[in-house]
Amino acid sequence: MVIFVPLKGYFLNRSLMGFNVDTYIKQHVKDGVILDVRGNIDSDVINKILDTIEDRMISSDELPKLRKKVYNVLVESLQNLYHHVDEVPEDFYDQEAERFGVVVIQKLERGYRIVTGNFVHVEHLPKLEERLQRINKSTFEEIKELYKFILNHQRISDKGGGGLGLVDIAKKTGRKLNYTFEKYNDEYCFFYMNIVIDDSEEGQKW
Amino acid sequence: MEPIIIEGTPKTPTVKFDASEGVFEIKGRSIPENSVEFYKPLVDWLDRYKESPLEKTVVDIRLEYFNTSSSKCILDIFKRLENIHKAKNEVQINWYYEEDDEDMLEAGEDYESIIRVPFKMIEIA
Repeated sequence: MVIFVPLKGYFLNRSLMGFNVDTYIKQHVKDGVILDVRGNIDSDVINKILDTIEDRMISSDELPKLRKKVYNVLVESLQNLYHHVDEVPEDFYDQEAERFGVVVIQKLERGYRIVTGNFVHVEHLPKLEERLQRINKSTFEEIKELYKFILNHQRISDKGGGGLGLVDIAKKTGRKLNYTFEKYNDEYCFFYMNIVIDDSEEGQKW
Repeated sequence: MEPIIIEGTPKTPTVKFDASEGVFEIKGRSIPENSVEFYKPLVDWLDRYKESPLEKTVVDIRLEYFNTSSSKCILDIFKRLENIHKAKNEVQINWYYEEDDEDMLEAGEDYESIIRVPFKMIEIA
């Protein structure tokens, strides 16, 4: 069953300068989509997504351990979108979306997949890439230490995140971050994250 | 001093800081987008409490979920408690975690390794 959370924005299914969210989603998410949201990601939308997925996991009798992990990782993914999304490009069809983002959630055999997407201005690209690469170059033990280091030494930014969100996602899922940058135009990229949370042993896949 | 009593919401925890009753508790969910806004009054309250604390301050942390932006604010709370402890007052933090919630236990252990205050990890079934 596909649940579409009603949003101000509408679905991005047409190609703009070769850019098409559907292409990525269809390639990476096959069956079992339980939520598909594309539009402005504000606080209310985040609440609706969290409630929808939590109810769904409870009604599917997921084990508390998996349920909590998925919920936690979902909170971080959504708040990453909320805090870090850049303005949409000038020629993008949905100019009303202050924080345009994509959130697709798929039920897997032993867990869930969360795909998020958002625009990143090229100016912000190097810093983001550096963070992602730093995480993926680390061992799992180093990730745990990195988490503690950032927690203890970095001030909370105006955006509130403090740079812990991505590290937390890697730590909780026990997997390296799977991400893609797709060029939109010379100024913007679309940044996808493809996060899998399942009940396999933590760290095994790192 | 005036206690702080805040009812929990789906995104913010229930808070009871009451020196007259010796109750210090944060419980529920802490996943607001802006956690600094929520936690600042608590940190300020502890700064005032530090001037004349109880002989023994026991703080119960029973969180079901917390986001990374709350995690820094919780550390700020603990740093205030550490100052009270440093000033030769007894302080204990009780960190509750549900059975099988290894992430929550690990989060408590992370704090325990950063903050010089006695922690007690308490598993709840």
